[in-house]
Amino acid sequence: MDIETFFQNQNNKKQLKILTCGSVDDGKSTLIGRLLFDSKNIYSDQLNQTKIESEKYGTQGKQIDLALLIDGLQAEREQGITIDVAYRYFETEKCKFIIADTPGHEEYTRNMVTGASNSDVGIILVDATKGILDQTKRHTFILSLLGIENIIVAVNKMDLINYDEKKFEDIIASFKNFAGEFNFNLQKFIPISALVGDNVFQKNKNISWYNGKSLIDELEEISLKGPLEEEIFSLPVQFVNRLSSEFRGFSGTITSGKIKVNDEVHVFSSKEKIKIIKILTPKGESDFAVKGQAVTLTLDKEVDISRGDLLCSIKNHNYFLSDQFASHIIWMNKEQMIPERNYIFKFINFQTIGKITDLVHKININSFEKIASKFLNLNEIGYTKVALNKNTIFNPYKNNKRLGSFVIIDQFNNQTVGAGVIEHELRRASNISWHQMSINKNLRSSINGQKPCVLWFTGLSGSGKSTIANIIEQKLHKLEKHTYLLDGDNVRHGLNKDLGFTDVDRVENIRRISEVSRLMVDAGLITIVSFISPFKSERKMARELVESDEFIEIYVDTSIEECEKRDPKGLYKKARSGKLKNFTGIDSNYEIPSSPEIILETKIKSAEELADEVILYLKQYNKI
Amino acid sequence: MKLSHIDKLESESIHIIREVASEFDNPVMLYSIGKDSSVMLHLAQKAFYPSKIPFKLMHIDTTWKFKEMINFRDETAKKYNLDLLVHINQEGVRNNINPISSGSKIHTDVMKTQSLIQALDKYKFDAAFGGARRDEEKSRAKERIFSFRDKKHRWDPKNQKPELWNLFNTNIDKDESVRVFPLSNWTEIDIWQYIYQENIPLVPLYFSKIRSVIRRNDMIIMVDDDRLKIKENEKIEQKKVRFRTLGCYPLTAAVESDATTVEEIIVELLESKYSERQGRLIDNDQIGSMEKKKQEGYF
Repeated sequence: MDIETFFQNQNNKKQLKILTCGSVDDGKSTLIGRLLFDSKNIYSDQLNQTKIESEKYGTQGKQIDLALLIDGLQAEREQGITIDVAYRYFETEKCKFIIADTPGHEEYTRNMVTGASNSDVGIILVDATKGILDQTKRHTFILSLLGIENIIVAVNKMDLINYDEKKFEDIIASFKNFAGEFNFNLQKFIPISALVGDNVFQKNKNISWYNGKSLIDELEEISLKGPLEEEIFSLPVQFVNRLSSEFRGFSGTITSGKIKVNDEVHVFSSKEKIKIIKILTPKGESDFAVKGQAVTLTLDKEVDISRGDLLCSIKNHNYFLSDQFASHIIWMNKEQMIPERNYIFKFINFQTIGKITDLVHKININSFEKIASKFLNLNEIGYTKVALNKNTIFNPYKNNKRLGSFVIIDQFNNQTVGAGVIEHELRRASNISWHQMSINKNLRSSINGQKPCVLWFTGLSGSGKSTIANIIEQKLHKLEKHTYLLDGDNVRHGLNKDLGFTDVDRVENIRRISEVSRLMVDAGLITIVSFISPFKSERKMARELVESDEFIEIYVDTSIEECEKRDPKGLYKKARSGKLKNFTGIDSNYEIPSSPEIILETKIKSAEELADEVILYLKQYNKI
Repeated sequence: MKLSHIDKLESESIHIIREVASEFDNPVMLYSIGKDSSVMLHLAQKAFYPSKIPFKLMHIDTTWKFKEMINFRDETAKKYNLDLLVHINQEGVRNNINPISSGSKIHTDVMKTQSLIQALDKYKFDAAFGGARRDEEKSRAKERIFSFRDKKHRWDPKNQKPELWNLFNTNIDKDESVRVFPLSNWTEIDIWQYIYQENIPLVPLYFSKIRSVIRRNDMIIMVDDDRLKIKENEKIEQKKVRFRTLGCYPLTAAVESDATTVEEIIVELLESKYSERQGRLIDNDQIGSMEKKKQEGYF
């Protein structure tokens, strides 16, 4: 073979990322095995290994089980199901394919979303013997949500229904019936048998009534067009290259459009106009660069640009700078999503703390119904409003996938708990500006020689929080300090009387109290908060609302056994008998603080002595 | 202008390398001297051009690498002025762990896996680049590009973080780390094509030459030094051989070949029916053995 021709062919091949969806029984792994096998992308030693494993784990009797080539992880192989996302590679004369293989069950929706996020084409497998199932609808919905424009519906196992044309047409009709609203750019239907190989690579005389192309021909012919917005240049700054003193460049991957030397572009955050002097591409210095290239740019002047910023065309873009937006969110964690809880939001080139302020509705992914809900469980999809702690640059997902997507990360265990696609900006925040008042916190508190702070008591019900807090306030009052005590039970009689004791309501309860204590600190008060406040996440949120030295977390350390023995209000007794639900320590969780400023052990000392410890702390840190 | 498949892979890898440099305090690039490492190093140089690579490279030396590999490593480090660390598990050396008398399983565990963990702990690296590709082996096909490791460097395949778009979760706690695989989406043929197009230097062992070899367990083993004891029924032959993959020398088999250039290797590869890891003995210890090794901390 002539090597130069070979490379030329290789370089002319387009790259296509495809996602296969379908349930365990639809023969998805078999189809992928078939694609690899028929495209001759399997080596003989891999095939031999599969033969050995087919005898041990196979489901195809004496025949080689092509699905075993695909199911990579050992545990999955033993269970006979695919439970993660696996990537496979094969190529044909015209195309290089990357397949994301994801499981079909509803409990693995998150894996499918993961696979779909990086795919150009979705193949939806339908079992001809079963027709359209709930999962077919679910997969179609997810492909549409993730902005996949090209889908191929492969009706598999045609061999089992004797290649019946009528049944195939019925399946197409019922698919079109529910999928009409999704507006895919390209939608094709192919009758196949992955097991036998019909219409996967070769057209087959078994299905002579079918005039269309085989699956592989259809895939090879797909041309990928981005949305119009993609024509407009954008580059999220990923890395500032000033590793040596003579050089200063801005690196990142171009997410849309193209750029030429001498082009003028905007630094989005400052609206400063700059000119491109040099473009360093992976192929060396160049006059221009295009979408998808990882480049480094040098500019005509010294400007303040850092990771998180965006360089973009001056005209015609519709990026926005805001701290709020509406988005669809897919929840990916066992621990449910709770509105108003702080999470880390990671975008293409920065991350920040933020929260989901409203869950407008969740979506039944099998029937597409909108349902009211207070939270999202694992694998559920909701339409939400998000508020971030700082202004950030966005573009709706439909315009630019790279600038319109984000993942949500738990700030304590660092798990990736959700993913989202931005629908549109919310202008609420930018319409309300912050009035600068003439009298500030320092002036207010200086009158009586105190520094405002929050004494945040946390601990189980009956641990002694309110008793100790009450003594502290009396002592501060004697010292002529201005204080206010916010007590959990008391606040629930007024400000928070609409809230119950579910996790969602507990989070909202603490959020309001955190905001109130922030106002009180701003008023110059020593604010004493006595709430069970069982979750780390909300205590952290309260801490972050004030200055770092203004928040003093006090953990009242009393064991559950001791609290239950004391039971001053008879609540533990009620909870044990089942009359009181969601009681902290019984059927609702208490997360012990990992590094509180003060720990009060009630078993060793009296409330009076413990109160003195806190007063001493305030003196040591010059609060009073 | 349309980007070719290789152009897309190249930019994707550079993006990943830059992301690590931006988000981690103390990353390291594990440099195994093989062809994939050479490509990864080349991409890292491009990512930060004209500046120097802003992190260290590290080679885990089992003391059983081919002599030509070690020469090539030291020349490369000198040529590009690389910040290269070499780590050897000295305890393993004192206990005389070796692939011949200790067996491949113990040798790999002590001199590679344990040695790597020792080095990561010693230098407190929070991210380590590796040149593994998803098309190499089935369990790799499911590994994330940013693959989380706990405080004991273990991989939990059942509990991997979802990885969407090109958004990488880089949040870790103290003493935890990630392994990062910038070449995840490259295939073997992509690697060779890139080596050809970019003219990337390789260890000469990849190219065919007359070498002293013996046959053992149906594999062609090169006689690199006198530590390989020749058994009575074995005889040293001169054969034209090359290596498709490089590891510890008695564990890595050579193949008979006439390919002396990258072009000839590609032609050979296209005609070949055997996948590249087949030359490595460690994978076939037991079914699913690569997955087990990876859970323990192997790359």
